[in-house]
Amino acid sequence: MKARVMVMLRNGVLDPQGEAVRTALGNLGFEGVGGVRQGKVIELDLSETDPEAARHSVTAMCEKLLANTVIESYQIEIL
Amino acid sequence: MRAAVIVFPGSNCDRDMAVAFREVTGAETTMVWHGESGLPDNVDIVGIPGGFSFGDYLRCGAIAANSPICRAVVDYAKSGGAVLGVCNGFQVLTETGLLPGALMRNSNLKFICKPVDLVVETTDSIFTSGYGKGQKIEIPVAHHDGNYRATGDLLAQLEAEDRIAFRYAEDINGADDRIAGVLSSNRRVLGLMPHPERAVDALHGGTDGVAMFKALAESLVSA
Repeated sequence: MKARVMVMLRNGVLDPQGEAVRTALGNLGFEGVGGVRQGKVIELDLSETDPEAARHSVTAMCEKLLANTVIESYQIEIL
Repeated sequence: MRAAVIVFPGSNCDRDMAVAFREVTGAETTMVWHGESGLPDNVDIVGIPGGFSFGDYLRCGAIAANSPICRAVVDYAKSGGAVLGVCNGFQVLTETGLLPGALMRNSNLKFICKPVDLVVETTDSIFTSGYGKGQKIEIPVAHHDGNYRATGDLLAQLEAEDRIAFRYAEDINGADDRIAGVLSSNRRVLGLMPHPERAVDALHGGTDGVAMFKALAESLVSA
């Protein structure tokens, strides 16, 4: 089964890259973009077949490596 | 004094750090590859150098922090060992949890490479005892991700415990409270973005880093 992890900067943490993208969109004439937050998506191919066990395992991966929970939050989607 | 310098794939300041240890402190210095599971015996200090370990993939320092040698470095530090992390080494130390906070992309999104003025904020450590409190020193920086974040109550805690070792004299990268370097709670682990090992020889253009290595030699030899 596959898992998809979305890692984003926590709310309240200033995202300088997102801010640069927002400015670039404005320069291109796209109006009304109030804010941009940039994150990353990590897709995992897992041999696990039980969704609950997979979620448990991917949570451990996020806590240990995939996200820095000091500044980032994560969401896990089991596909 | 015996020093070990960790080398990751992508480290590029490892030799500079070894030269600083050897030339300034006279330490017998061993380079230790990231895949090793242990440090050399009787090491007095471990240096984690600057560079782009593992290509900065995922997050700066994140993969290095989970390498076999870093497990040994964490054990070493937790038993009171001295560790100096510079630039990428600082990022690695925050990723291991040995130092609090996190380092984000510079607020102006630019790679900053220039000598900067630092203010010595505490002299109460083996790294900073050779400076005066409030002394201004010039040390080069070279980083893209040096924007130190001290979230929640951390900033107040660092301040209260006198663990901010250096501040930038002027804001360069957006770091909270202009923090350039922090100490662990036992004051034996220092992480800083500026490169003291690049300021130990007149040919470097400045020698303000010498006092850090001399202080280490004095406290670690007598220990």
